[in-house]
Amino acid sequence: MEKGGKELKVSAIKNGTVLDHIPANQLFKVISILGLKDCANQITFGTNLDSKLLGKKAIIKVADMFFEETEINKVALVAPDTKINIIKDFEVVEKKVLRVPDEITGIVKCANPKCVTNHEPITTKFSTEYENGVLKLHCHYCEKNTGSDNLKIITEN
Amino acid sequence: MPKSLISIHDFTKEEMLHVLDVAQEFEKNKVQPILRDKVIATLFFEPSTRTRLSFETASNRLGARVIGFSDAGNTSVSKGETLKDTIKMVSNYVDLIIMRHPLEGAARYASEVASVPVINAGDGANQHPSQTMLDLFTIRQTQGRLTDLSINMVGDLKYGRTVHSLLQAMSHFNPNFTFTAPDELKMPQEYKDFLDAKGIPYHETRDLEGSLNDCDILYMTRVQQERFTDPMEYEKVKNTYNLTASMLGGARENMKILHPLPRITEIAQDVDDTKHAYYFKQAENGVYARMAIISYLLGYK
Ligand SMILES: [Zn+2]
Repeated sequence: MEKGGKELKVSAIKNGTVLDHIPANQLFKVISILGLKDCANQITFGTNLDSKLLGKKAIIKVADMFFEETEINKVALVAPDTKINIIKDFEVVEKKVLRVPDEITGIVKCANPKCVTNHEPITTKFSTEYENGVLKLHCHYCEKNTGSDNLKIITEN
Repeated sequence: MPKSLISIHDFTKEEMLHVLDVAQEFEKNKVQPILRDKVIATLFFEPSTRTRLSFETASNRLGARVIGFSDAGNTSVSKGETLKDTIKMVSNYVDLIIMRHPLEGAARYASEVASVPVINAGDGANQHPSQTMLDLFTIRQTQGRLTDLSINMVGDLKYGRTVHSLLQAMSHFNPNFTFTAPDELKMPQEYKDFLDAKGIPYHETRDLEGSLNDCDILYMTRVQQERFTDPMEYEKVKNTYNLTASMLGGARENMKILHPLPRITEIAQDVDDTKHAYYFKQAENGVYARMAIISYLLGYK
């Protein structure tokens, strides 16, 4: 038994990327956004881990993988407070803060049921904007906003 | 990508004014067959006789030939062809595409796959920019200017796309607005935020009689049943306003009544004979505005 220890026992990686402080209920969205389902690298997940900040949090460790800025920033759509640590030789060599990209192509479904992208094989496209501090995705096609509380991630198949 | 007109935002203020000048020239001289060697497609994936006739008249007056369909019912579209394939095929046949589609964003997408200019003749509840251009043309025609006007928008301000686009287009010209609507159909917050950000004054009321006397333009709209998901809500508001000639005694001399038509009960027949009625002339202006848009996009004006 652990005696109230905060240490996480998700095995360390030598080189790669750690995504920490993901709200537990967003874990599968993050996996899907980063396309980890089709990733051949060694990946460790932990979820429903106790977190003082989030209650339950999740963590993802991807060995030997260093994401492009534009790629990793997409995570901000569903888990903006995720902490990114770049690991080299078991050491954290860089910490990254996520920034919501100005434009989002694909990934997200438009919430407007009458939007053409929900009826024809069209890649969605949004610009991001903040309305009273709340993230909104403005659809390039139907010109309607999808709120960040309403995001549906497009998953293949 | 050739220049298309999908949303009123696709035109700068200068382009709008230019197209209005061209429309005015067409009004003076209706016979200018400058597109005699052109073919124009009118693709109406959803029927709208009024809009289609206006565009086809405009095309014919310019001397162009028109092909197309007025209803997607018995076309390859109903056999499951993608919008992309239909547009690719048609853009190889014609010089310009005019399309109406029930899905929002369909015209924007078409303009991205087409090799010729596309004019959006309505995409669901989203945009209908030629209506906005003809409204601007009509407002300028009745008042001799677009700047510093008082505009009272009446009726369905929640779902009415024509009032939303007109509001945005008029924001270039220092207007002030009155929004007359029942509580259920008030102007959405995002448009009020837009006006606040631009410092444009507006006030809201439910009372039509009390708001008739201080405006230059009374822009009436119909409450459109098809926009309501709840039939009870529609029943509650459909007959809120009924403008009659007897209500117009205190209106400004220059005040004109506009309406995108068709009207139902919101304007009584006896208003037609007053000096304020202008909606039939407004519909006629649609032809000149559309002639101007077509010839501008094709590089002729
Ligand atoms: Zn959309």
